[in-house]
Amino acid sequence: MKFSLSWLKDYLDTTASATDISETLTRIGLEVEEMTDTASALKDFIVGEIKTVEKHPNADKLNLLTVWTGKETLQIVCGAPNCRVGMKSVLALPGVMIPKYGEKLEKGVIRGIESQGMMCAEDELCLGADHTGIIDLKTDLPAGTPFVDILQPDIIFDVNVTPNRGDCFGVKGIARDLAAAGLGTLKTTDVSPVQGTFKSPVNVTIETPDCPVFVARYIKGVKNVESPAWLKKKLIAAGLRPISALVDVTNYFNIGENRPLHVFDADKLTGNLCVRSAKDGEKLDALDERIYTLKEGMVVVADETGPQSIAGVMGGTPTGCSSETVNVVLESAYFNPISIAKTGRELNAESDSRTRFERGIDPKATIQGAENATRLILDICGGEASELVIAGAEPNEKRIINFNWSTVNKLCGMDIAKEKMIEILTHLGFEISGNAITVPSWRLNDIRYPADIVEEIVRIYGYDSLPALSMKTDEIITSTLKPHQKNEIAVRRALANEGLCQAITWSFMDSRLAALFGSKGLKILNPIASDLDEVRPSLVPNLLSAVKRNNDKGIADVALFEVGPAFTGVQPGEQKTIACAIRSGKTGPRHWAEKERSIDAFDAKSDAIAVLAAVNAPITSLQVFKNAPAWYHPGRSGALCLGKTVLAVFGELHPKILNAFDVKGPVVACEVYLDAVPPSKGKTKAKALKVSALMPLTRDFAFVMDQNVEASKLLNAIKGLDKELIEDVRIFDVYQGDKLPEGKKSLAVEVVIQPKEKTLTDEEIDLLSQRIIGIAAKVAGAELRA
Amino acid sequence: MNKVEELKPQILTRINEASSLQVLEDIRVSVLGKKGEITEMMKTLGSLPPEERKLAGQVLNEFKTEITTALDAKKTALEEAELNRRLATETIDVTLPIRPKQQGRVHPVSQVMEEMLTIFAQMGFDLAEGPDIEDDWHCFEALNFPPSHPARQMQATFFMENTDGNVLRTHTSPVQIRAMENQKPPIRIVAPGRTYRCDYDMTHTPMFHQIEGLVIDTETNMGHLKGVLADFMKKFFEVDDVPIRFRPSFFPFTEPSAEVDIGCSRKNGEFKIESGKGWMEVLGCGMVHPNVLKNCGLDPEVYQGFAFGFGVDRFAMLKYGIPDLRGFFDADMRWLKHYGFVPLDIPTITSGLSANGGAKR
Repeated sequence: MKFSLSWLKDYLDTTASATDISETLTRIGLEVEEMTDTASALKDFIVGEIKTVEKHPNADKLNLLTVWTGKETLQIVCGAPNCRVGMKSVLALPGVMIPKYGEKLEKGVIRGIESQGMMCAEDELCLGADHTGIIDLKTDLPAGTPFVDILQPDIIFDVNVTPNRGDCFGVKGIARDLAAAGLGTLKTTDVSPVQGTFKSPVNVTIETPDCPVFVARYIKGVKNVESPAWLKKKLIAAGLRPISALVDVTNYFNIGENRPLHVFDADKLTGNLCVRSAKDGEKLDALDERIYTLKEGMVVVADETGPQSIAGVMGGTPTGCSSETVNVVLESAYFNPISIAKTGRELNAESDSRTRFERGIDPKATIQGAENATRLILDICGGEASELVIAGAEPNEKRIINFNWSTVNKLCGMDIAKEKMIEILTHLGFEISGNAITVPSWRLNDIRYPADIVEEIVRIYGYDSLPALSMKTDEIITSTLKPHQKNEIAVRRALANEGLCQAITWSFMDSRLAALFGSKGLKILNPIASDLDEVRPSLVPNLLSAVKRNNDKGIADVALFEVGPAFTGVQPGEQKTIACAIRSGKTGPRHWAEKERSIDAFDAKSDAIAVLAAVNAPITSLQVFKNAPAWYHPGRSGALCLGKTVLAVFGELHPKILNAFDVKGPVVACEVYLDAVPPSKGKTKAKALKVSALMPLTRDFAFVMDQNVEASKLLNAIKGLDKELIEDVRIFDVYQGDKLPEGKKSLAVEVVIQPKEKTLTDEEIDLLSQRIIGIAAKVAGAELRA
Repeated sequence: MNKVEELKPQILTRINEASSLQVLEDIRVSVLGKKGEITEMMKTLGSLPPEERKLAGQVLNEFKTEITTALDAKKTALEEAELNRRLATETIDVTLPIRPKQQGRVHPVSQVMEEMLTIFAQMGFDLAEGPDIEDDWHCFEALNFPPSHPARQMQATFFMENTDGNVLRTHTSPVQIRAMENQKPPIRIVAPGRTYRCDYDMTHTPMFHQIEGLVIDTETNMGHLKGVLADFMKKFFEVDDVPIRFRPSFFPFTEPSAEVDIGCSRKNGEFKIESGKGWMEVLGCGMVHPNVLKNCGLDPEVYQGFAFGFGVDRFAMLKYGIPDLRGFFDADMRWLKHYGFVPLDIPTITSGLSANGGAKR
């Protein structure tokens, strides 16, 4: 909401400085986003007087002027058609910043002739939109006078009005708040009615519940002249373009008093007006130069031929006012805010009128609005006004709130004297009788509960006076984080410790790629981009895209992880928390002492186990199965399970997936389903440590077995053979190749044997070795390598 | 025993001149071995008369001790010399770089969330959570959003297909509703999480992070809200005093409502907390609206409390001098290495919030 200080002063009698006003507005909830001094940008411009006008020798449309600056005569090339000898206009000398272009003017040569300055049009100074010619100052002041002396500079405020404060979409409402805050007094404005001298030839009927009241007035014999300077200046300051007196008057009351109005050219209307719902398919050629196709339910003001305006949103071009307009119908109505909002949204039609109607205007100001506008139209355009036509009636809602004055202290911890509270509310237009507070009609959309009244009192009194109180901490015992909350933190730290960087990627992705990751088609109705149109079924794809982005920047070795949601349905709660790690490229850079290698599925498996360990999963009880999802390489992937529960999957990503993402492999990933991990038992006491005094010993075995027999079979069999004696079983070499028969592999196994009671004899050790060989043969079909 | 006097200087000279441990060992054998010179002399003792034997034995033993000592000393010296010779050949270039060890990072958003939780936990807040996809009731209706509110429109909010108005939550405030529906007051929770809005430009991303706070009991007022937030700012930014300004504002689910500014300056993009240099809006808050309490089955005549919500990403940017929001979600390894946190940099009450993990490597 933009308005000028001079406009504010029409409603507020104040001696406060602009800075005081600005600070007070922000303090009471009307945040000033910008305060500009119109003079500051124009202080270097001066009055220049044209002494001679000649045609530019090299260009038909350009003139060659000599301009007197008060000190010297300059030669200036100018394209304006309205240049004439003796004319005074606004002159910019080289070095002056031109507001429209945001650049300093330089001396230039135009078509071979030097131009030593610039005569300015209105738009170039950001004073308006006119670019038809240079400004004709029509002043008696001599050349060289600063332009701001003529301009009468003003301060412009741009206020961020919150959606509940429809009343402050009028300068008057802002003035009222400032007066309540002690920055002056609200002026009384002329509210005298205009006596109608004849009966309106145009009548109005209402056929929709969305319009409780519609006030109209026929004004005949007007002259739609250019608005007077004072009016144009106010509108320009508010960011509007003056058009003609009739239109400008409606805008004036719209911005000034939050009272949207409309004026029809009466001679272009056919018959009476009817406020009704549009019929599907009805069209309106509107003032914003768009043709709207209307739908049932949208409120229109129609004549006998059809809709002539979209009620409260936009007028129609055919019945709009022009310079030839002689007779008009003035409209001052109240429309249902929800209906206006809905219509405006569906049509995507923006207007100052819609902005105000949908936030709620004063429903009891329709008649007064019509009177005020009539008075000003008659003032500027002449003419004769009819009696008012009032269809429907102003809503007579009267809201009384029973207010306990101690509520202010109870809700805000502030002690404010009751007299002060009453004073504030009275200034804001509330009527108070004991504990009964009547809400002013212009605040009906906002003030409904005692808490609303508390806010009114406290915001005007000043939030600065809020005490800063400490909360009691003895009543509530802080419980630590719940286990799964702790887990997420632990997982992040654990994976960072494994050398991966934590990424946060979008929760949504491209549905075409989601299809490769078990998508259930959980699509977003209105995605921000067509490739972000589905909530992700897995964390892998967005991380894989990140790998690709990094690769494209020349970073080949990528190690990323994310902890976040993957979605299983569109209902609240249909999501799982997943820790996903992804690696591509090599284990590290080349190094003089240590050979780098390509990452492989075991790096992913290691990451998965690091996550599971961090969340206290029973990692020694995990089983590895080969059932990773389809986006993994079928032969180089697996799942870590606890019984039938899959806790994690890992492996190399499927070449087809890499292809779809245009990523060079190998890329490995793991996904740990944190919600599936059984809660840790939370035992704090460790088992007593039992250390044998006897030396452990190791025995190595080289087994040859079928390639397709999994190593874990062999490992588990040996481990399970004698839990007393066999402390650990490690595989220290895997061999497949020419030295073995086809289809065979060799596993070299080191068994750690820990005697507990007594040293083992050679016979006992041999016996254990034989049992190991026996079980390996039985379970894994393994034979000792010759 | 003249022989002793004769042998002694000879042997000592030999020992002294021994050039290696082997030579020394040979000397030891030739003097003290089974057939060594001193051993042989010892053997002759038996043939002496007892009175002479005692004296000669004493002399021989002293001689033997003297030689043994000399041998040991020479051995130590030779060993030392040998070690020095070996060490002289064992030099490496210690300026060579160490073996690579990858050190990962925790994302600034997670780091800052942990910092915030640490602070709020100290004030007695519990951690609460809610789903990313929300229904209309929790995201809007129960929070007193009117049907025509812009947040309920497609320009602002992501809607899910094939649902009855389910959305990707636009704020963490639905967690307020879930908390009030699921537990009896007193309630004191914070709820961090992902939030989503249809907005994508220099300063907005379609996904971002918020943290919500809610306190409900029978007496907590707006002064407590101010106290909690002032305390929080001090602890979070780790400065003694943070200028803080409450400004009236509007949210459908709080009344009275406020926006909170902190006093700061920005020079060359550098953010600094100080008073008198300007204000920056950092969060929205207020007293929970009576309609919201009613919607959750709480009697507004009995219960009251406050709620606040703010952008985690923005606080991360301010505290750690991260210039651009968009880098947060790009997963660029260089960005993460630079702005991320080392794994051991864990915010705690005892060590303080930041700079606990040592230098980045």
